Amino acid sequence: MTSDKQGWPLYEVFVRGKRGLNHVHVGSLHAADDAMALTHARDLYTRRNEGVSIWVVRSEYIAASTRDEKDPFFAPSADKVYRHPTFYDIPDDVPHI
Amino acid sequence: MTTTDAAEAPPPERLQEHFDATIARDQRIEPRDWMPDGYRKTLVRQIAQHAHSEIIGMQPEGEWITRAPSLRRKAILFAKVQDEAGHGLYLYSAAETLGADRADLTERLIDGRQKYSSIFNYPTPSFADVGVIGWFVDGAAICNQVPLCRSSYGPYARAMVRICKEESFHQRQGYELLMTMMRGSAAQREMVQDAVDRWWWPSLMMFGPPDDASPNSARSMAWKIKRHSNDELRQRFVDMTVPQAAKLGVTLPDPELRWNEERGHHDFGTPDWDELMRVIKGDGPCNAQRIQRRRAAHEAGAWVREAATAHAAKQAARGKKGAAA
Repeated sequence: MTSDKQGWPLYEVFVRGKRGLNHVHVGSLHAADDAMALTHARDLYTRRNEGVSIWVVRSEYIAASTRDEKDPFFAPSADKVYRHPTFYDIPDDVPHI
Repeated sequence: MTTTDAAEAPPPERLQEHFDATIARDQRIEPRDWMPDGYRKTLVRQIAQHAHSEIIGMQPEGEWITRAPSLRRKAILFAKVQDEAGHGLYLYSAAETLGADRADLTERLIDGRQKYSSIFNYPTPSFADVGVIGWFVDGAAICNQVPLCRSSYGPYARAMVRICKEESFHQRQGYELLMTMMRGSAAQREMVQDAVDRWWWPSLMMFGPPDDASPNSARSMAWKIKRHSNDELRQRFVDMTVPQAAKLGVTLPDPELRWNEERGHHDFGTPDWDELMRVIKGDGPCNAQRIQRRRAAHEAGAWVREAATAHAAKQAARGKKGAAA
């Protein structure tokens, strides 16, 4: 996904909003290299204290799973009801469980 | 991004069905989902036009940065114009998730193949214009954009959430600027009224042609890209602005403007739709100047883009050599 005319590759940007939270994807930008991607990400996505840490990664390095969120790829996670705590019947008078 | 088709996509005949069901459930369409070509094209056109508007929108107010009357106003104006650039970039980023190419979008803007909002083709001869743009133009943008935070295309909706958070600052700084001028001399109050007179009708035109002359609206609403019609949003803007004008002490230049008890809304006059069409077609007061400046900035910046690319290539080559040694 690099732009031929501009020559700057696309980066995906992830920002940690505050300590204790995960980095979250916020968008993308073009930059010549990693260092420029970080400073551009700071200027673009954290103008108002939105972050304490930024990750950038070239978009082409991200491998993505599926075409569609409701894809058979995720089917195995839907048919194992015994993975959920509510699958198990426990009498009401058993405390703290 | 590379996609690994580890699992099979739904069969072709079910794609449209699946897309329609996602829209019907009010869920978001995400970048690599299947979508009808028309949906993709409509989005690219709308998002690109929106992005271009933000970028061109830096110019009318940017002209006042060097002439702002105080350091406080200059710093605010700087921050605001920087936000407009940021908004443009969020939106270009959203357009790229649909397969659009950034450099190509820029080319399309500067050679006139893609449009931007008609409002930015009007001049800013006085500093009161900076205030009125914040109040009217950013106020109208908020009316337009708040519903777009629920647009059916995920990346567009998320960009709009970020933008709306920032627009509120834009509108408030404009209104505060005007309040300050209204507390000043008679000449300053006249400047504010003059700016209001010049920007009111073009601001109403920002919502686009009336519903019966807006051919693409119905389809965009069916796809939930748009949530309200042009006329609904225009009405909302008028109702919102009238009490603000009264509080400020200015007169909105429309003799037909009055409260309609029965409708529970203000009645108002008809904007000059011929003027809107002329400005959209390129014959507004500043169209040529806006594009010429955007082109000049793009071309004058070419050597910077090339130098950064060359530097990155050199660093990468050095890194490889270092690793091999």
